[in-house]
Amino acid sequence: MKLFRFRGGVHPPDYKALTQEVGIERLTVPRKVRVPLVQHLGVAAQAVVKKGERVLMGQLIGERHGFVSAAVHAPVSGVVTAVESVPHVSGRSVPGIEIENDGKEEWHPEIKPVRPVTREAIIAAVQAAGIVGMGGATFPTHVKLQPPEGKKIVLLILNGAECEPFLTCDYRLMVEAAERVIRGAVYLMEALGVTRCVVGIEDNKPAAIAAMRGAAAGQSGIEVESVRTHYPQGGEKQLIYALTGREVPSGGLPMDVGCVVQNVGTAAAVADAVETGRPLIERIVTVSGDAVERPGNYVVRVGTSIGDVLAAVGVDLEKCAKVIAGGPMTGLAVGNLEVPVTKGTSGILAFTEAWVKASEPAPCVRCGRCGVACPIGLNPTMLETLAMKRDVAGLQVFHAQDCIECGCCAYICPSQRTLVQAIRYGKAQIVATRKAKRN
Amino acid sequence: MARLLHVSSSPHLRTSDSIPKIMWTVVIALLPLCVFAVWLFGWYAALLIAICVATAVLTEGLMQKLRKQKLTLYDGSAVVMGILVACNLPPGISWWIPIIGTFVGMAIAKHCYGGLGYNIFNPALIARAFLLAAYPKDMTTWISPVDATTCATPLGILKERGPGELLSAYGGKLSLYKHLFIGNIPGCLGETSALLILAGGVFLLLRGIITWHIPLSYLATLALLTFLSGGDPIIALLAGGVMLGAWFMATDLVTSPFTRRGQVVFGIGCGLLTFLIRRFSGYPEGTSYAILLMNAATPLIDRYFPNRIYGTR
Repeated sequence: MKLFRFRGGVHPPDYKALTQEVGIERLTVPRKVRVPLVQHLGVAAQAVVKKGERVLMGQLIGERHGFVSAAVHAPVSGVVTAVESVPHVSGRSVPGIEIENDGKEEWHPEIKPVRPVTREAIIAAVQAAGIVGMGGATFPTHVKLQPPEGKKIVLLILNGAECEPFLTCDYRLMVEAAERVIRGAVYLMEALGVTRCVVGIEDNKPAAIAAMRGAAAGQSGIEVESVRTHYPQGGEKQLIYALTGREVPSGGLPMDVGCVVQNVGTAAAVADAVETGRPLIERIVTVSGDAVERPGNYVVRVGTSIGDVLAAVGVDLEKCAKVIAGGPMTGLAVGNLEVPVTKGTSGILAFTEAWVKASEPAPCVRCGRCGVACPIGLNPTMLETLAMKRDVAGLQVFHAQDCIECGCCAYICPSQRTLVQAIRYGKAQIVATRKAKRN
Repeated sequence: MARLLHVSSSPHLRTSDSIPKIMWTVVIALLPLCVFAVWLFGWYAALLIAICVATAVLTEGLMQKLRKQKLTLYDGSAVVMGILVACNLPPGISWWIPIIGTFVGMAIAKHCYGGLGYNIFNPALIARAFLLAAYPKDMTTWISPVDATTCATPLGILKERGPGELLSAYGGKLSLYKHLFIGNIPGCLGETSALLILAGGVFLLLRGIITWHIPLSYLATLALLTFLSGGDPIIALLAGGVMLGAWFMATDLVTSPFTRRGQVVFGIGCGLLTFLIRRFSGYPEGTSYAILLMNAATPLIDRYFPNRIYGTR
């Protein structure tokens, strides 16, 4: 059943006009990159280079460690100047590798196209290229391509919804490189052994829909569907529901309803990995916000510091009051501009003081808007209370762990309550309790 | 090096809506009722409204001072409460009685329970219920909008003397409907004009402050039950305080259920109780008690009618 919509959600102003008609440009590669070994969900990669070693572009510098982990490659050619900790967007430090760029842009000689293109070869290439979900969740893609025994995948969903305000990187990719995205989808279908793929794009992006339909025209089994423009349409669970009418069971995964969802950027990265053998060392980043002089979509090397990106697009750092990595609904506020761009950085937003609103939360008046807006059907204000009371049993009964942290509840709250923050706190309590029980 | 950056938890976008915006919008929706009351019952009505609003605001300030809380008098919630108390008063009541009622509603029903957002019962209705118990005669003495003499409300006539008397008192069915709809009848200050209440209610609907769930389920239930028991559903809806109650009192955000499903249950309960009180009790009208009783049931409704969680089908 096709519904093209889901329950709940909000409709924030999208601010996409700032960047949606600006073509993708390459950003100057910086003199120094700092590449985190954790750019994905899962176990950190392990450094396989030493300080002082010369590395080439695309060379493996961090080896995948365990199944749910992803390889990391040198985004530039140059000399490793440190194997140490690098700042992470979460505010913590993570292990990483610093490389002094020699400016030669010399590719590693072993990088070559995959031949022949078989199912196994595609999965191996995706794994070797260190590809992760580029919509922001950064789940290692090769894991999704190898579902456990007994899980039958019937449908590949390509996520081109891009529901986050400000972000237009997926839009530009679909408009400018639809063929590459579709070829990536074909490889992903081959790897998954499915014959059907549906691309979901919000209906406020007619140019992307047209481009993708044009590119998909020759391919059997690929449909491009326009879905309602509504936040969080690009949420995995919401997109699956909108396109298939199926609900991922509470606590389950998309594969439980026969679906695998991949971002369109991920599909393009897969096409690159298969056709050129090049690993994931750069990505398109939407750089926008009122502090940015030249907002647009830029191809940025992984490891470039956010400060370097902002300087390159004309941000007066003295006037810049708030920087967000990702979109404004789910992105993280950056406290340190040394934090590097990673595989999952879909956007960098820089705002002046005019955009920073510090507001004191008012009491909840039980207006119920958060409950209506919640795409999962939770009662956010009650979960907030339970989290503050540290009532772990209550949090579990009322499904706090199902929260996708989309931010709809806090966005819509007229009392400006910090609902998502509170629910995250509650989820952490559940995780801690479960861990304690296991031990 | 850049200056220190602001950091905060996501989301970084927020609606521009706020509690003051919501409350002042409700005040705007209530203004036509106030103006009509003054036109119908004279300047004394304006005095009563002013007394109620002033008492509500001063009491809120006093209680917040006593509870060492931030003063939030600008947020409009006390003003809304004051106007609603006034809307529930007979137009000829002595000026000092509303002061007591408003004080009790604000100080006890709202602030003793924890202030904005924490009260179980609608403070304006507690004010009315308290006055009805403490000053029963003053609260049930009505004046005619035509000559300011003492008279009975349409529901009073219906209860005491039957539907035939009511029809003849207003010169036929159509004329009665018209009077009830326009509101040039005896009754509480703000409850007489179904037309203006509807206008205010629709305004709140359009502004997204309330949804249709409570007023519609409330009024539909009352109309249906009245019809099934042989009464006139149109009189049941237009006469008395049920219009004001369904649109402005039962929809109070704090004291009504959280989910849409729960709100429908709440509305049906209000309709049922209003019908039962009107039909089987000694009171001609039961709106206030019906809503207060359902206020008490709200936590229970919230428990049994939550939203369905995605992925639990």
